[in-house]
Amino acid sequence: MSKLTVSVSPHIRSSRTTQNIMLDVIIAMLPVVIASGFLFGPRAILLTVISSAVCVLLEYCWEKLMKKPLTVQDLSAVVTGMLVAMNVPVSTPVWMLIVGDIAAIILVKQLFGGLGCNFVNPALVGRLVMMFSFPSAMTTFTGSAGIVDATTSATPLSAPGTLVWDQFTTLLLGKHGGAIGETCALAILIGGIYLIVRKVIKPIIPLCFIGSCCLFTFLFGGENPIMQIFAGGLLCGAFFMATDYVTSPITNSGKVIFGVFIGFLTAVIRVFGSYPEGVTFAILFGNVLVPYINDLTLTRPLGGLFPGKEKKEAAK
Amino acid sequence: MKEKLKIFTNGIFKENPVLILLLGCCSVLAISVTVSGALGMGLALTFVLVCSNVVISLLRKIIPDKVRIPCFIVVIATFVTLVQMIVEAFLPDLNNALGVFLPLIVVNCIVLGRAEMFASKHGVVDSFLDGLGMGLGYTFVIVGIAVIRELIGNGTIFDQRIIPEGYQIGIISQTPGGFMMFGFAMALLIYCLNKKGKKFEPRIGCDGKCGSCTANCESRITDLPGQDETVEVK
Repeated sequence: MSKLTVSVSPHIRSSRTTQNIMLDVIIAMLPVVIASGFLFGPRAILLTVISSAVCVLLEYCWEKLMKKPLTVQDLSAVVTGMLVAMNVPVSTPVWMLIVGDIAAIILVKQLFGGLGCNFVNPALVGRLVMMFSFPSAMTTFTGSAGIVDATTSATPLSAPGTLVWDQFTTLLLGKHGGAIGETCALAILIGGIYLIVRKVIKPIIPLCFIGSCCLFTFLFGGENPIMQIFAGGLLCGAFFMATDYVTSPITNSGKVIFGVFIGFLTAVIRVFGSYPEGVTFAILFGNVLVPYINDLTLTRPLGGLFPGKEKKEAAK
Repeated sequence: MKEKLKIFTNGIFKENPVLILLLGCCSVLAISVTVSGALGMGLALTFVLVCSNVVISLLRKIIPDKVRIPCFIVVIATFVTLVQMIVEAFLPDLNNALGVFLPLIVVNCIVLGRAEMFASKHGVVDSFLDGLGMGLGYTFVIVGIAVIRELIGNGTIFDQRIIPEGYQIGIISQTPGGFMMFGFAMALLIYCLNKKGKKFEPRIGCDGKCGSCTANCESRITDLPGQDETVEVK
């Protein structure tokens, strides 16, 4: 009897740790990295490696400097670094990438208290900072090297035109201009399915996000849904960025609201806005609203009342 | 003498109008893009603040309590008009850079705030020192932020190129950069004010009703008539 310890709940333990979840995310992103190597040449892989290394180094230095416990081994900085690199064109100079990494790790993650305390997705802020600072470098997309001749081109989204069905395979394989990690739809889908099979993410947010974006772009501008899904950063954003644990709602109903809302925002920006792509802004805006969505969709305790109704019941 | 010095330095550090009292942030965010503009704005505001503080302090026994705000505004607007005319005549470039923010000093919270919180309750010399301290506190902050924003965001200081073309980080001189630098400046000042083992607690300006206040603060005024009466609410 002396070995019986009394402790507070939760008692159910799982073997999942931050480290192995992040490892799964990294594995899921590998197809995208490999695909980018084929499409854009070795520089794409090099940028990804540099960005991850810089993020880890920044996190290590900051935590040493601030005398905080080291959290480098949880691999989250590696994921952030990879995501930042996936969001830039292959021709981006390395120093610009480092600026993005600083914004992501120091500004958004560490200043707000490290992993779990960031209020928006760090990688997306990194992208946003780079986009506002270096507008020309960040929108000069070099077409796929290796498979097609390297030409400078816009993303298909900024020059839509009519979609021929032949182009479908082009979009699926990513043989068009764009950021390193957003062009190859097939690789992103493989990564996304891996995450869902490994139960790292639930498919609710990606499905709601992509579905509502298609629906609303079609309603607002009569856009071709296939084009809207496969061109631009929608898939990459839906699977790898919108599903970030820290900055997405906890409950299933909250996830639905979140997904539909950012899909709607993306559609509004794509159709009416001056930027061709709206995924970044939409996800960031959704991130900011997450605490409110969480409050609205609190889970009812078994046999209990919805929070807020208790007061009314008590008044009666 | 030491007390007078304290009134002066209060405005620069412990009660810095921008970073601690959080007054007049709008012009700081908007004007701190170039160092020359920031310097002009800071000096213009310091001039208005010193003059209006002195005049309001002189008139504090004459101004009826009920219409004090309009009276303050009239005094402040006089000096702002003066500054505006001078700048327009002699420094047209600065006038273009400051734009609408120069006439807007009339409603700048720092000027009105100091008139209400300090000049209408203190003597002329104290009010002069307070105005000077607050004005310089504002100038230091806006120029400090502008140096960083112009250097990183545009690669120049006083229009002299320091960082070669193509290596500037544009976002710092845009609106988001303004907010970021503002936050960093605030954190830096509070970090410097934190003494060892004692945390600095910013004293946000009070309404001056020391009689009904329980806080034991440094600028407690005890000899004001009528302050101790508490109004009964029926």
